[in-house]
Amino acid sequence: MTEVNLSILVISLLLYVLLGGADFGGGILELLTRGKASDIVSKAIAPVWEANHVWLILVVVILFVGFPPVYSTILTALHIPVLLVLLGIIFRGSAFTFRHYDIDEATPKAIYSTIFQYSSLFTTFFLGVTLGGTILGNISLDYQDEFYKIYIHPWLNWFSFSLGLFMVLLFAFLAGIFTVSELKDEKHIRYFSKLAKRLIVALVVTGAVVFVAAEVSGHPLFYEFYHSPASIVSVVLATLALPLLWINLDKNRRNLLRIIAGFQTTMIVTGWFAIQFPVLVKIDGGTDITFLNSGAPQQTQFHLFIALVVGVLIILPSMAYLYKTFKFDKTPSSKESA
Amino acid sequence: MDAFMAARMQMAVSLGFHIIFACIGMVMPWFMFTAEWKWLRTNNPVYLELAKAWAKGVAIFFAVGAVSGTVLSFELGMLWPTFMEHAGPIFGMPFSWEGTAFFLEAIALGLFLYGWKRLNKWVHLYTGMVVGVAGVLSGIFVVSANAWMNAPSGFDWVNGQAENIDPVKAMFNKAWFSQAHHMTIAAFSATGFAVAGVHALLYLKNKLEIHAKAITIALAFASVAAVLQPLSGDLAAKNVAKLQPAKLAAFESHFETREKAPLIIGGVPDQENREVKYAIKLPGFLSFLAHGDFNAEVKGLEEFPEDEWPPVPITHYSFQIMVGIGMFLMLIAFIFWAGTFKWKHWLEKKWWLKMLFFATPLGFIAVEAGWIVTEVGRQPWIIYGIMKSKDSLTPMPGIQYTFYTISAVYLLLSFIVIWLLSRQIKVLQSKYLSK
Repeated sequence: MTEVNLSILVISLLLYVLLGGADFGGGILELLTRGKASDIVSKAIAPVWEANHVWLILVVVILFVGFPPVYSTILTALHIPVLLVLLGIIFRGSAFTFRHYDIDEATPKAIYSTIFQYSSLFTTFFLGVTLGGTILGNISLDYQDEFYKIYIHPWLNWFSFSLGLFMVLLFAFLAGIFTVSELKDEKHIRYFSKLAKRLIVALVVTGAVVFVAAEVSGHPLFYEFYHSPASIVSVVLATLALPLLWINLDKNRRNLLRIIAGFQTTMIVTGWFAIQFPVLVKIDGGTDITFLNSGAPQQTQFHLFIALVVGVLIILPSMAYLYKTFKFDKTPSSKESA
Repeated sequence: MDAFMAARMQMAVSLGFHIIFACIGMVMPWFMFTAEWKWLRTNNPVYLELAKAWAKGVAIFFAVGAVSGTVLSFELGMLWPTFMEHAGPIFGMPFSWEGTAFFLEAIALGLFLYGWKRLNKWVHLYTGMVVGVAGVLSGIFVVSANAWMNAPSGFDWVNGQAENIDPVKAMFNKAWFSQAHHMTIAAFSATGFAVAGVHALLYLKNKLEIHAKAITIALAFASVAAVLQPLSGDLAAKNVAKLQPAKLAAFESHFETREKAPLIIGGVPDQENREVKYAIKLPGFLSFLAHGDFNAEVKGLEEFPEDEWPPVPITHYSFQIMVGIGMFLMLIAFIFWAGTFKWKHWLEKKWWLKMLFFATPLGFIAVEAGWIVTEVGRQPWIIYGIMKSKDSLTPMPGIQYTFYTISAVYLLLSFIVIWLLSRQIKVLQSKYLSK
């Protein structure tokens, strides 16, 4: 039962990266194109963004119900980067909605846009930093130690920051590909295809930087990677997907683009998870928190499992209907919000 | 301010902020659904305009409610990690169900807000209903989790660890039902009076049909809720008397255990001398309200060690404010019903519109007061009788600064939302006047 709940946790996290990530990436894309992407991003995200961000809540709930030590350890040792993520989420979500619903006036709109764009970048970066903190293993459970050692050291390092950067590029890349697959105008398609290709190159470079930064921060990432066949396969597949994307960007096959980009990101997440399985949070000088030693009692796992399965049965068809209505429907879309 | 106080204040600010958006986010969809339904039935385009105008409001409130709710799901662990580590597996069940309900709400809202042209109109109406129902359900789940903190059950506490966890029993704890109906009704009452009040002000300025319709729909919900609320409150209080006698005693600043306990209205509690000054006292009424018998004994605060008392004055004042407003809103509800049956043109009566406008913030003041009554009244416990709040505080120093930051952000957001809504209303108004 614990294993099933863990799988649903990983899948929710993956869906948050894919769907929520593309939303964050939308903001970063706007920043990169100096606002050229604003209208396109707004229209693409608006109907689905509320739903996309519920995946994060699901991840949090599964953690504190099913794996409570993971939840409490992360939120204590990584309190500061998580707080920064939360501030980013507040500013980003509000600014996006205000931009969409406030009356049409240039000045407030520009302010909302600026806040939305920078907080998208900021939030994504610190999500990556937080994740880096759980992987690196600088987290100490000795709360008597000095402040720096407990609350700063786990995340203020090259590895966490490189992962933050990687996250920014991954989300921008996802948004870039999804944007291309939504466009109709030829000129736009050419512009965004070019941008997407640049992001692919940058993503590969940053991926390499993460490995280097890990060595610098004293985390044997390459060694662990080398000894995890599942991870090697995932990363190879993820890399092979990139030339395929490149070709299809040129041929402009929309749905194929979405599928390959989704597959590519799924492989990255799988690769990460395979390296550290079954560890969920790495601890400095103590026992790592794994899904085996942190799981809630069976009775809780069982009821969590039932709630999740019923939830999935209700959510997935509704989600599919939502996406079918706004993403795969061929009816022309003018500005049609309330 | 020490870290413990700062953490409690941050929790209070975050929940106090979220609760307003959550209430509006779960009740307004019922209003917009009703307006759309009336439009489909009557073909009167004013109803469609109203549904669309309200939908914009819902979108704004829902978005702010969603981000502040997301923040809360983290704050629980950032501020009270020990509590969450022990309580998560026990009281997490309603949160897992809430996840589904909230998901459904978000999906249905996306369809509702952006599907005016893409969906069949009855399907569209249906998505509006799903938003409302899912919203109320997720509210009930969250309140049920909170109720567990007041009436912990579904586990054995052995040497500081929970054993024999039964998540179902924890979810359906002894306080869940009374808290759930009291909160849900409060949300309908507060939101209804707030919406009616804003439209009453606008109607005072310009007698537009849209505002008249809006007032009627909002009051139809609010008036029923306002009449049910005192009954619901009575059940809730009786439950508190049984489960948390110290909390009930703090509501009423009832220091001495006695029979024929008086109901204390208003007054200034004096904790040192254990008395309430300048209060109106109705002999026997507290006994009657708490136990249904004028002669029943009501336990006073003296029964409990002083370090297990909730902060008495703030609980007492909040309770008085909540009950007072509840009574006043019930009065307005009766006037609404009488007016609807007796006067044909009762919306022309200025005093009535002014009264409605006066009531705009009252419901929410009562909601905040009620929330303080529940939460502060539970102190010093975070899990009643099991774990104290101060024992579950995060070891991280400097919580004062996160408290200041979060408070400043929420204050700013409140101003922006109010400014945004007034701009929307102005646009709507000028659109009509130019017709």
